[in-house]
Amino acid sequence: MELLLHQILAGLATGGIYACMALAVVMIYQAIGNFNFAQGEMATFSTFIAWQLLQWGVPFWLAFLGAAVAAFLGGIAIERVLFKPLHRAPPLSHLVAFIALFAILNSLAGFIWDFNLKTFPSPFGSRPLLGSGLISTHDAGMIGLTVLLLALLYAFFRYTRVGLAMRAAAAHPVSARLVGIRVGWMMALGWGMAAAIGAVAGMMIAPVVFLEPNMMLGILLYGFAGAVVGGLTSPGGAVAGGFAVGVIENLAGTFIPFIGRELKLTIALVLIVGVLMVRPSGLFGRPVVSRV
Amino acid sequence: MMTPGARPAPGPLALGAVLVVALVLPLLLKNFVVFQLTLVMIYSIAILGLNLLTGFNGQFSLGHSAFYAIGAYTAAILMDRWDVAYYWTLPVAGLACFGFGFLFGLPALRLEGIYLALATFALALATPQILKSSPLEPFTGGVQGIVILKPDPPPGLPLNADQWLYYFTLAVLLVLFAGARNLVRGRTGRAMLAIREHPVAARLMGINTALYKSLTFGVSALYTGIAGALGAIAVQFVAPDSFTFLLSVSLLVGLVVGGVGSIAGSVVGGLFILFVPNIAEQVSKGLAGAVYGLILLLVIYLMPSGAAGFARLLWSRVVRRTHAPTVTEGRIP
Repeated sequence: MELLLHQILAGLATGGIYACMALAVVMIYQAIGNFNFAQGEMATFSTFIAWQLLQWGVPFWLAFLGAAVAAFLGGIAIERVLFKPLHRAPPLSHLVAFIALFAILNSLAGFIWDFNLKTFPSPFGSRPLLGSGLISTHDAGMIGLTVLLLALLYAFFRYTRVGLAMRAAAAHPVSARLVGIRVGWMMALGWGMAAAIGAVAGMMIAPVVFLEPNMMLGILLYGFAGAVVGGLTSPGGAVAGGFAVGVIENLAGTFIPFIGRELKLTIALVLIVGVLMVRPSGLFGRPVVSRV
Repeated sequence: MMTPGARPAPGPLALGAVLVVALVLPLLLKNFVVFQLTLVMIYSIAILGLNLLTGFNGQFSLGHSAFYAIGAYTAAILMDRWDVAYYWTLPVAGLACFGFGFLFGLPALRLEGIYLALATFALALATPQILKSSPLEPFTGGVQGIVILKPDPPPGLPLNADQWLYYFTLAVLLVLFAGARNLVRGRTGRAMLAIREHPVAARLMGINTALYKSLTFGVSALYTGIAGALGAIAVQFVAPDSFTFLLSVSLLVGLVVGGVGSIAGSVVGGLFILFVPNIAEQVSKGLAGAVYGLILLLVIYLMPSGAAGFARLLWSRVVRRTHAPTVTEGRIP
């Protein structure tokens, strides 16, 4: 029983990271109608920036903020420079542009900071929380920070003018344009925020998996899985999906004997395909209706 | 006044010229370059497979590395365990992949566009893990993979092994390309195109969309599987880590660079994915990935519809200049 509880809590902790990645994926999907395959590399790059700042002796939370701001500006720049000119290009060209972005960021990170594993400090420490042995302080901090971030985002999209404008631009670009919302800039803002959320996810998972250029590759897949399980049209669903994927992954890895470590990624595959079979638009998504 | 249909097509003449060059080349070049060109043809076949699915049927796939891997492993296991002759492994690999692709295509029917891309993406990521997993290890050799021998040229021919494999691959490529052309131009091809253009309308016209979509998935997997088998024979080695998601990405890049929906473009795509990474590495060793990415972006910006679209554009300019000087009298295409 205690093992079960322990695994569920650990699953929630990594699930928070997946939830952040899923949310970032959904935000860019809403803006551009395509998966950002470079999302993980953007997060890794931002985490490297934080690491560099820490090496220079900047206090943790300042470095954290600095990396998130850098990611935000970088995300906006990527949208403005790379994707705005491709706005009318077919989706496959977008996909290839993401692949190019992936290659560039991955190679740059490896060139600047090399491919050796680096330890990344946790601001929460890694002692058992309250001496209970159920969950470590870092895991608890990860869950807390994720929930805080998600609550802030919820409030932002619900109660602020900019948040509402962004939702309008995503839901109905033409109408939004007609009421005076600058749809292009809202998209860029969405990119920036997605990049910053990804950066937070990267900095939270780095103490667990060690920092290196390919750090986020597997994590991004779980993020995709979370986004699909929850539904690509529903940010809240994507977050729930991310948490669910984290818990399922942990439980299956512990309690189903032959899965163990080597087939963990396959769980994400089975989840994605399984959910898509039963509900093609995800658990919380709306079915897409198109006009003939 | 010339109608667009009456424009001289570059087809047969260019095809003949390319064929002559392709036949003569291996006699003039070093063995390593011949080997590289063989790989180019193998990738072209795989890209053509992807093209049938994406370009002509409008379904996305990021999982073609899985079909390539199945083809390669089928060939390697047959040759390694049962001493099957290398040329017999191709039909077996093709059929195995057709079956697998058809079966994967059935549930994939429910998925459209980006969802299908994601499901196949997961397939691509899971493939190396499944190949490494312990239940399959007696067959796949686990992480170590399988080493196979390069086939000898038939006795009596004045060719070395590399040159023979080149001609063998060229023959396979010609058969498969001709097959794809006929498929696309026939009744099946029209059904595929109709589904790409408008699935609902295609269904209303009485096309069995479910059947044709799974069938296209199967045929696409068959092409890629044969390419995988040829690849295993050419490289003489299969291992799980040669068939990662990166291979799928390469094939997709080749597809877009060559031109989505262009059969001849697949060859340009094959050339691109084999040689451009090498060029990028020569420009800068540490930043090879970044250089590759930049080249890729440049290609996307300059030729949004791939090399095939670019060639069509150039050709239509040339033709307009030499054959239709009267274009100024009104019709500007």
